[in-house]
Amino acid sequence: MNAARCVAVAVFRESIRDKVFYNLVLFGLLLVAASILIGQLTAGQDVKIIKDLGLAATSIFGVFIAIFVGISLVSKEVERRSIYPLLAKPVRRAEFIVGKYLGLLLTLLVNTGVMTLALYVILFFLARGVPEPIQRAWDAPALDPALLKAFALIYLNLAVVTAVALFFSTYSSPMLSAIFTLGIYVVGQFNADLKNFDRIVDSPAAIAVAKACYYVLPDFSKFDIKLAVVHGIPVSNMFVAATAGYAALYIGALLFGAIVIFSRRDFK
Amino acid sequence: MTRAVAGVGAICCLGGAVVLHAAQERWSPPQVDRPELLYVRSPAVAKRTALSYGAISADVYWIRALQHFGNERLAPPEHVRNYGLLYPLLDLTTTLDPYFSIAYRFGAIFLGEAYPGGPGRPDLAIALLEKGIAAQPGKWQYVQDLGFVYYWHLRDFKAAAATFQRAADMPGAPSWLRPLAAVTLAEGGQRSASRALWQQLAQSDEDWLRSSATLRLAQLDAMDIMEAWRQFRRDRGITPPVPNDPSGTPFVIDPATNDIAVARESKLFPMPGQIQSSR
Repeated sequence: MNAARCVAVAVFRESIRDKVFYNLVLFGLLLVAASILIGQLTAGQDVKIIKDLGLAATSIFGVFIAIFVGISLVSKEVERRSIYPLLAKPVRRAEFIVGKYLGLLLTLLVNTGVMTLALYVILFFLARGVPEPIQRAWDAPALDPALLKAFALIYLNLAVVTAVALFFSTYSSPMLSAIFTLGIYVVGQFNADLKNFDRIVDSPAAIAVAKACYYVLPDFSKFDIKLAVVHGIPVSNMFVAATAGYAALYIGALLFGAIVIFSRRDFK
Repeated sequence: MTRAVAGVGAICCLGGAVVLHAAQERWSPPQVDRPELLYVRSPAVAKRTALSYGAISADVYWIRALQHFGNERLAPPEHVRNYGLLYPLLDLTTTLDPYFSIAYRFGAIFLGEAYPGGPGRPDLAIALLEKGIAAQPGKWQYVQDLGFVYYWHLRDFKAAAATFQRAADMPGAPSWLRPLAAVTLAEGGQRSASRALWQQLAQSDEDWLRSSATLRLAQLDAMDIMEAWRQFRRDRGITPPVPNDPSGTPFVIDPATNDIAVARESKLFPMPGQIQSSR
């Protein structure tokens, strides 16, 4: 797995070279500007709105990085023909795929980590000076540790999206991969509707197909606990652990699938 | 072309665009009152299109609701106030984020506010609070607010007392709710019960609720002054000079009724008694 590690480090360095982390500057500016403006625009809901904004921006920026960097992970190497010298080295195709995946995951980890820290810093300054009785009326404290659970699930969500993008990237063009990944991401948000398809359709075949899609397609709504965390609604550790397990299994399936497809590709 | 020339060209073009933009404002015809539009009216559609970003979308709609209410309320007197978008915006907000307490509580106050200070729709205020109670059945604050709408806007003291009682029976409700229910029922809407309610609300942690309660308490003080003025006129048979209301604005004599009233310029206008006449 030494080769996979080298590939991962190379992907991470490339993301720095490609100025992927510029989005962190944008995120920081967005939060600072919002924290100044929102107090003027809302009726005492600044902390709630800053939390919503921070979590939503982390998720949106992350999804864009996961999709648009993820889809080019393999196809760019093929297009540039840099795959030939790479595979001529003692690097197994599975190691190449795993390395690419881990590299982008590391990029997303740094990205999400910095965003988490930035949100906590802004919340610290927002809450400072707010009288204790007013803070007690908030749904959740400003520096609520439960926010970390929301960030953890956002990161796992991004890990699954990256795996989907990488899977499509192994056999499809970047454009098609982007469309497929975005499609899966959107469908994954409405997964619960597939489960209840029998309420609006009578055909047993259609219901069976919908049920199958419900179980097979990734359920991205599982990873969304932003609303609960912001309103101080408890999210059990058991739920977070189960969702992490679901993500791990789904990522495993996609990576194995990507390895199978990539191993069968003929680069002659 | 050198880099310097290109840079100067870019700055010149941008400068020209800014100057033209500023000049165009002077040439353009005077602005007319354009009705605001709400493109997505269905909460169900908004919830679906928001994907997993319902909370941040709710914040956007909430800010829009505040701006809509503020723009209409603070518009110049010649503007015909139309609060038509207020309830749809609050409905969207609370569908996208069903736990958005302030949208229910503040929204109900906005909706119940008498025209022209608000749309004067206590029925919609009740609908919004009932929606909040359905989303969070344990939230006694919503039930208290519901009782308040019955009490203040609808003058239905029996329903108000029953609702305060319902709120008082909920876990975590403050001890003052039960006596308030009793006072409301016993006094049938006398000013002292109203004052008791507003004095409790003036202790709230929320700035907006405190300032609203302060205004209402001042309105109640104004009612006391007006009552004393009328009493004086009845007893002595002479019309005394009009005093100032608690905001410092002189009262006026309404030519139609020959009775004392709060002036339109006063911060206390419209008073609860002036709701019908100003609508």
